[in-house]
Amino acid sequence: MEAILAVIIILMIAGSIYTLHARDLLSAVISYGITGFGLVICFLLLKAPDLAIAQLVVEIITLIIMIAVIRISTRKDLTEKTTIRVEGERYVNLRSVVYFVTGGVFILGFLYFFIQATSVLDPFGVHSVRMASVYIEQGVDLTGAHNLVAGVLFDFRAFDTLGEATILITAVIGVLTVLRLKGKK
Amino acid sequence: MILYILCFILFLVGLFGAITRRNVIKIVLGICIMEYSLNLLLILIGYMEDGVSPIVVKGGESNFVDPLPQAMVITVIVIGLATTAMLLAIAIRLYKKHGTFDIRQIKNLKG
Amino acid sequence: MTNIVKTISRFMSGVVFFFGVYLLTNGHLSPGGGFAGGTVMAGAFVLMVLAFGDNIMHLRKTKEGSTIIENLAILMFLLFAAAGMWLGAKVFFHNYLDIGVAGKLVSAGTIPLFNVFVGIEVAAALFTVFLAFVIFKEEEQ
Repeated sequence: MEAILAVIIILMIAGSIYTLHARDLLSAVISYGITGFGLVICFLLLKAPDLAIAQLVVEIITLIIMIAVIRISTRKDLTEKTTIRVEGERYVNLRSVVYFVTGGVFILGFLYFFIQATSVLDPFGVHSVRMASVYIEQGVDLTGAHNLVAGVLFDFRAFDTLGEATILITAVIGVLTVLRLKGKK
Repeated sequence: MILYILCFILFLVGLFGAITRRNVIKIVLGICIMEYSLNLLLILIGYMEDGVSPIVVKGGESNFVDPLPQAMVITVIVIGLATTAMLLAIAIRLYKKHGTFDIRQIKNLKG
Repeated sequence: MTNIVKTISRFMSGVVFFFGVYLLTNGHLSPGGGFAGGTVMAGAFVLMVLAFGDNIMHLRKTKEGSTIIENLAILMFLLFAAAGMWLGAKVFFHNYLDIGVAGKLVSAGTIPLFNVFVGIEVAAALFTVFLAFVIFKEEEQ
């Protein structure tokens, strides 16, 4: 189980690295699909079928929207070369050096603190249910729903769902405002 | 434990992309990769060995995986699509106004 | 698109739509629920628009008419979304209906109603986002 998940996550990492390094924006978006569909398989293996259905369709719609954006703009990427050529001689591009050093410092710092923090967590596969023990033991009696996720989502933590609906409609209104057809005169 | 670190490496790849790329679309993709890795980390923490998915079939089972992270993540997935669409809308407005996706040339705040 | 794509998607989009309705109404018994069902229903509409172009909803007749109809269509979807949210918000606090026998289709109090309204809202929101991008592309050309 752990080995299969590790292989899938390594595949997702490879896909995302290619996403960031592709010269063509269309191939970058399509290889971004590797990450999303790998996530669907991970959800299925981790016993979360609700999430797998939602993530599958959301991934497809995201891909369609991104391709629509790239079709009406340009496909050319702006990746900078690490060496520049001035009058026949090669020089190292100082700006890319600054980029990579900044990224490396951030990444090493975050990785250090994450490894410090993971030592507190339970190891994979052993999970001590603290918050959700009431939901698991008495969820069916209290809500009457056989799907415990629906019970948590719409009964125990319904305020969270209300906030989610508010955020969703706000984002849609924001998209319509930004993409308004005729500007105000 | 190795799975958590791999999942965090996925997060770091997205962070690296969001920091170092010049293209606006690449920055959006990096932010989406960070969001995916966070979803995966929450579900990985809630998994239990020999657990079944949290749906009562016959009654009497008790070895469910944790339903709480799943209920949190299913809202995050749908919100993630809406925020991605918002980012792409802003990116395409920038392209129509400036004619490029380069964030180095989109720096005049006048007008 | 070609005739093959049009014919196949005309059959399949109905199937996909009713699969979404099934996920929506059986959300408290089986995997599915409001969010998954709503995204699947939005996927059916997206399939139709992708196969037939955006004049299937009469969005591109004339410039003036298309603007009015676009606005009405988007406004209707927004009203659907707002109705789902409003009706949900009024009764979010406790499960005041009868719980009934767990495992039947009509049970679990208000959870199936919440599933239906949240599903309608999610489907309307995703389809509105998709339609905004498609209309924007057609307008610029």
